[in-house]
Amino acid sequence: MTSEITFEKIKGIHNAPREEFYSSGHRTCEGCESAMVMRMFSKASGPRTIALGTTGCMYVANTAYMTTPWVVPWMHTQLGAGGSAALGTSAGLRALMKKGKIAKEKINTIAFCGDLGGADMGLSAISSALQMDYDLLIILYDNESAANTDIQATGMTTWGAQTTFTPTGTVKKIMQTRWKKNVAGMLAAGHPNVKYIATAIASFPPLDLLNKVRKALAAGGPTFIHTLDPCPKGWDYHPRYSDKLGELAARSGIFPLYEIENGVVKMTYRPPQPKVPVKEYLEKQGRFAHFGAEDFAYVQSQVDVMWNEWEIPGIIPMKSGALR
Amino acid sequence: MTQVEAAPKAIEREELLTGCEAVAQAVMLADVDVIAAYPIRPYTEVMDAVSKLIADGKFFAEYIIAEGEHSQFEIVKHASSVGARVFAGSSGTGWMYAMEALAVTASDRLPVVAMVGNRALDDPGAFGVEHNDALTVRDLGWLLVWVATAQEALDTALISYRVAEDQSVMFPLAIALDGGFLTHSQHIVKIPSAAQVRRFLPPYALGKRRLHPDNPISIAPQVNEDWVMEIRKQNAEATKKVPAVVDKAYKEFEEVFQRSVGDPWLEEYMMEDAELAIVGMGTLAITAKAAIKRMRKQGVKVGLVRQKWYRPYPTERVRKALSGVRAVAVVDRDFSYGSPFYGGVLYNEIRSALYSLSSRPIITNFIAGLGGREISIAEIMKMLELTEKAKREDNRDQVMWMGVRE
Repeated sequence: MTSEITFEKIKGIHNAPREEFYSSGHRTCEGCESAMVMRMFSKASGPRTIALGTTGCMYVANTAYMTTPWVVPWMHTQLGAGGSAALGTSAGLRALMKKGKIAKEKINTIAFCGDLGGADMGLSAISSALQMDYDLLIILYDNESAANTDIQATGMTTWGAQTTFTPTGTVKKIMQTRWKKNVAGMLAAGHPNVKYIATAIASFPPLDLLNKVRKALAAGGPTFIHTLDPCPKGWDYHPRYSDKLGELAARSGIFPLYEIENGVVKMTYRPPQPKVPVKEYLEKQGRFAHFGAEDFAYVQSQVDVMWNEWEIPGIIPMKSGALR
Repeated sequence: MTQVEAAPKAIEREELLTGCEAVAQAVMLADVDVIAAYPIRPYTEVMDAVSKLIADGKFFAEYIIAEGEHSQFEIVKHASSVGARVFAGSSGTGWMYAMEALAVTASDRLPVVAMVGNRALDDPGAFGVEHNDALTVRDLGWLLVWVATAQEALDTALISYRVAEDQSVMFPLAIALDGGFLTHSQHIVKIPSAAQVRRFLPPYALGKRRLHPDNPISIAPQVNEDWVMEIRKQNAEATKKVPAVVDKAYKEFEEVFQRSVGDPWLEEYMMEDAELAIVGMGTLAITAKAAIKRMRKQGVKVGLVRQKWYRPYPTERVRKALSGVRAVAVVDRDFSYGSPFYGGVLYNEIRSALYSLSSRPIITNFIAGLGGREISIAEIMKMLELTEKAKREDNRDQVMWMGVRE
C-alpha cells in the first residue's frame, strides 16, 4: 500500500481518528501518561509509520516478548540512540527510495525516548539528528525520572523531588538540587535547520498533542516534541489524577506550552492571570511531601522568573538582550 | 527469446591504492546504501576515500557524518534494519565507544560491514596497530577477518557483504587492517568491474525481518529469562553455519573474478615440511616470510601460518596446520592481562584449539609490535630461535614480551 498522507488539523475530539496503532498488549501502569503519548502520536501519524523506542519504561513495560502493543512496525534502540535510530532509519528509507529498491512514499520515522534518553545520555545524538535534512520526529516523553529502574532522578526531575537517588534525609532535606533542563528551548536555540519543535502535555489542552505531532510530520525534515507525562508511580499520586496534574502543570506555568515552526515561536497555551500557584500542582504529589513553605516558595519564585524575566518563558531570557 | 548475457570478461584495472582506499573501492562496487563516518586514525582514511567517491559521483549513498562512534554504529544498524546495505568503521577507542551499538548489532543479527583500522587503545595515546580493539567483539557474534594486503582488503570486503548478508548468516562483520602498516601503505590493486561484482554479490534481502509499514513487526522486545537462552542458542547455532558460506563465497569469487584469493581461513607458507611454525595475523606475515626465507637458507625447516578469519574460529584448519610441527611461535599483536599463562589472545585460542590432540606441539607466545612498533626480521628470527630452544628444553608454557626496553 502506498498513499499520500494528509496531516490535517483535528478540530473537535469527535473528529480524532478512531484507529489505534498502539493497542492492547502493553503492561504500563494505571494512569500512565507516557502510554497516552504513545497512543496519541501513533494515532496522529497513522499506519505509514516506523516507531523506534529507546530503552526506558516505554520499552520494558510496552514490549514484553510476544505481547507487543505496536500495530505499526517498531524496533528497540539503545538508551542514547534515539537520534541515531531515527537518522539511520530515515536515511535507509531515503536511500532505498532513491535507488528504486522500495516504493517512494512518505513514511513517518518517529523515535521516542524518556528523559535519560532524550535529555541526558541521548542529547548528543538528538542534536546531530536535528542538524541534518532527514525526515524524522523525535519525541521526548518526560516523566521526570528513570521510571523503569525504580524512579531515579534525571536531568529532568523537578527541583526538590524525592526519588530513589534523591531521598530526603535527616541532614539533607533536598537532594535533587538541579533545575529541570529546558530541552525544547535548548534544541530550538541551537539548531537553525530544525523544522518544528514543540512542548506538549497529553491531557491538556485536549487535541493539542495530536495536532502538534501532525504539524511536525507535515513539516518534514528534523522535528522534536517534548511532552511532560505525569507518572503515578514516580510522582506518587492516585492514578485517577494523571490528566488533572497535566492540566495543572500547564495552568501553573511550570511547564510552558509552545511551538517553534521554522524559527517562529508561538505560545500555544497562556496560563490564566494570575497563574495557578505552583503549590497546587506540587502538593498533590507524594514526591514533594517533605516540602516546607520555603520550598514551595522557591519553586514558585523560579517559575515566576521564567515567566517574568524571560522573553519567551524558558527559551530566551530577557537578560540576554537577544530580541532588543 | 532473449539473448543470454555473456559472462563479463575478467577485466580488472590496476591502481596503486592504500588498504583504506582499497576498501573504499569495494564499498563503491558493492553499491552500499548508507554510510556513517566519524574521524579517528587510522581507519578514517577509508571515509576520506568513500566521501570523495560520492562527491565525484562514482556512486550514491546516504553519507552521514555522525557525532560519535556510538551513533555511527546505531545509524548503520537501523539503516540495515530497513533493508539498506551499510558501511561504517573505526579504530582503537572509537571502536570501544561504539561498543554498546556493536553488541546489539550482532544480537539483532544485522549484517553491518565495518572496517577496523587496528589501533592501540588509550591510554597512553598511540596511533599504531594493536589488535585489542577488534578483538573486544570476538564473543558477541561479530565475524572477524584480518587481511594483510590492500588487494586482500578489497577482495575480502566484497566477500564480507556476501557472507554477512547470506540468509543463513546475518551477522555483522569487521575486516581488520593493521593500522599504518596496511591502512596507509600503497599496493598495486586489481579492481574488478561493477558488472563482475553484480554477478558475485546478490542484492541485500532481509526478507520477513525487514522493518517497513508493509511488514509491521516488533524487533528486539524485552524477553527476560523466558527467552534469552533460546535466542542466544539460535545465534550460537547460526555461527556454525558460517564456515560453509565462507568457503562457497571464496570458491565463487575465484570463478567470477578468475583469480585466486587463497584459502579463506589460513595462509600457509612453506608449511609442507615445516618442523617449526610461526603464527600471527595481519601484516606480520610479510616480515615473517622474509625471516623464513633466511632461516630456510640456514637449513631450519620453518613455515608460516597466517590466520585470516578469526570468527568463527577455524579450529579444525588450525589443528590440521599445526598438528604436524614440533613447535609453534604464536605472535600476538595484542595483550590479555591476567589471562592463562599471562599470554596473548591468539595464543590462548590456539592452545585451546590444540588441547585435545594426542600429539601437541610446544607453543611459545610472543607479545610484540604493540602500539605500532615495527616487528623486524631479526626479531622474528629471534622468536623462532627461542621457540626452538623451548622445544629442546621442553619448556611448555613460555610467554615473552619482545623488544621491550629495560
